[in-house]
Amino acid sequence: MALPPPPLPAAFLSLFGDAFNFVFSGREAETGGVTVGGTSQVIELATKQIEVTLLALAVAILLAMPVGLWLGHRQQGEFLAVSAGNAGRAIPELALIALMAAAIGVGLVNLVVALAILGIPPILTNTYVGISQVDRASVEAARGMGMSETGIVRKVELPLAVPTIMGGVRTAAINIVATATIAPLAGILTLGDFIIARNVYGDAGVLAGAILVALMALALEGTLATIQWAMTSKGLKLNRS
Amino acid sequence: MIEQLAAVDQSFFTDRSSGNCIQDNKLFCPGWVVDNYDRYVDPTLQHLVLVGSAVAGGFLIAFGLAILAHRHRFLQTPFLAGTGILYTIPSISFFFLLLPITGRGSLTAIIALTAFNLQIIFRNITTGLRNVPPNVTEAARGIGLTRSQILWQVEIPLAMPEIIAGLRIATVSTVALATLAVFANGGGLGTEIVTGSNITFKTGIIVAGSIAVIMAIVFDGVLLLVGKLLAPWKRKQAIS
Repeated sequence: MALPPPPLPAAFLSLFGDAFNFVFSGREAETGGVTVGGTSQVIELATKQIEVTLLALAVAILLAMPVGLWLGHRQQGEFLAVSAGNAGRAIPELALIALMAAAIGVGLVNLVVALAILGIPPILTNTYVGISQVDRASVEAARGMGMSETGIVRKVELPLAVPTIMGGVRTAAINIVATATIAPLAGILTLGDFIIARNVYGDAGVLAGAILVALMALALEGTLATIQWAMTSKGLKLNRS
Repeated sequence: MIEQLAAVDQSFFTDRSSGNCIQDNKLFCPGWVVDNYDRYVDPTLQHLVLVGSAVAGGFLIAFGLAILAHRHRFLQTPFLAGTGILYTIPSISFFFLLLPITGRGSLTAIIALTAFNLQIIFRNITTGLRNVPPNVTEAARGIGLTRSQILWQVEIPLAMPEIIAGLRIATVSTVALATLAVFANGGGLGTEIVTGSNITFKTGIIVAGSIAVIMAIVFDGVLLLVGKLLAPWKRKQAIS
C-alpha cells in the first residue's frame, strides 16, 4: 500500500482553488466539449438531494412513528422495536441501493423506498424508547384527571419524549442524506454525481462534491437540532441545564 | 492486497460458473457462489482490516477524549460538538475531503470511518462514567483510593456495560459503512458490489451484502459476550 508523496502546500491549495472554481464558474468536462459544474448545476443537484432526502425522511417518519407511539404507549413489543433498530444498523447502505437498482429498477420512487428503509429503524426504536420511558406516574395522573388515551399520548407522552424521538429522526436524516450521495448509482443525480463520476468532473469536481455534501449534511443536522430545541418544552430545557 | 484486487477486477466478466449466472442475471444464482466463493476471501479480509482498524482507532481516541472530559468537565461540550461534526459528515464525502492529504487508499477509508466512530464511543463512555453512583465513588475515596485508582478500579469497570454498548453500535455501523470504502479505492466488500461502473450483477451484490451483514452479527455477538465477561454483575442482575 504505497502512499503518494505528500502534496506540496501550493498544490494542496490549488486543488481547493480548483474545487472553488468548479462550484462557481464550472469547467470543461474531462470527457471534453460541454461545461460541467458551475452554480446552476450545483443548485440543480443539491435541490435533488434535498428533495430525495426530505421525501425519504417523511416516508420513514410516517411509517415508523405511529408504530413506535402505539407500542410505546401500550408498553408492548419492546423486542420488536429495539431489535429493529439494531438490525437497521447492520444494513450495508451500498448493497441496499445497488440491489434495489439492479433488482427492482432505477428511479425516484425506488430510491426513496430504499432510503426510507434506512430511516425507519432509528425512528421506530427511539420513538418506542422515548414514549415508554415517560414516567408512568405522569401518565397515571393524566388518566386520573380524565384525559383520553390519545390525549395522554399527544399532551403528556409526546412532549416528554421529544428529545429522544428527535434523536432518532436526526440519526435517520444523517444516514439518509449520506446515502442519497450514492443515489446516482440508482439513476437519480444528486451532488454525489460529482464524487462518483470522476471521469467527467475530474478531481476538482470530486473535491467540490465532497465539500458540498459535507456542508449539506451539517446544515440538515443544524436545522433538525434547531427544530428539536424549538419543540422541547420549557420545563424539559430547565431540567437539562 | 489492494493492488492485487485491481487484477482480479479485470476478470470479472469471465464467467467461471457452470451455469450462465452473469448472462442470465437472475436475482440469485447459487452456481455463482459455488464456483466463485474464493473471490470473496480477499475483500472480506480487507473489510475486517478496515473495520478492525477504524473501531480500534476510534476507541483509543474516544477513550482518551472521554477520560480528559471526565477530569475537566468544561471539555465535554466542545468534544461532543467536535465529534458530532465528524459523525455528521457523510463518510463518502469524508473520503474525498482527505483526497488532497492522504490520496486514495485504505488509509483514507480508515481515517474517515474512525472519525465517524468517535462520537458514538465517546458519548457512551462519558454516559457510563457519569452514571456511576456518587456514593460508590465517595466510598472509594473514603477507603483511601487515589483519583486514578478510583477511575481505573471503580468507575471504568462500572461503566463497562455502557462502553461495550457503544462499541457494539460503532462496530455494526462501521461494518455496514465500510462497503463505501470502494469509492476511496480502499478495498473491502464494496469492491464486489460496485465493480468498475457495473452494479447490475445481483448475485454478486447479494453475496457481498450478506457477508457484511453476517460479519456485523458475528462482531455484535462477540462484543455481547465480552461485555458479559467484563461485567458479570449485569448478568446476575438480569437473571434475578
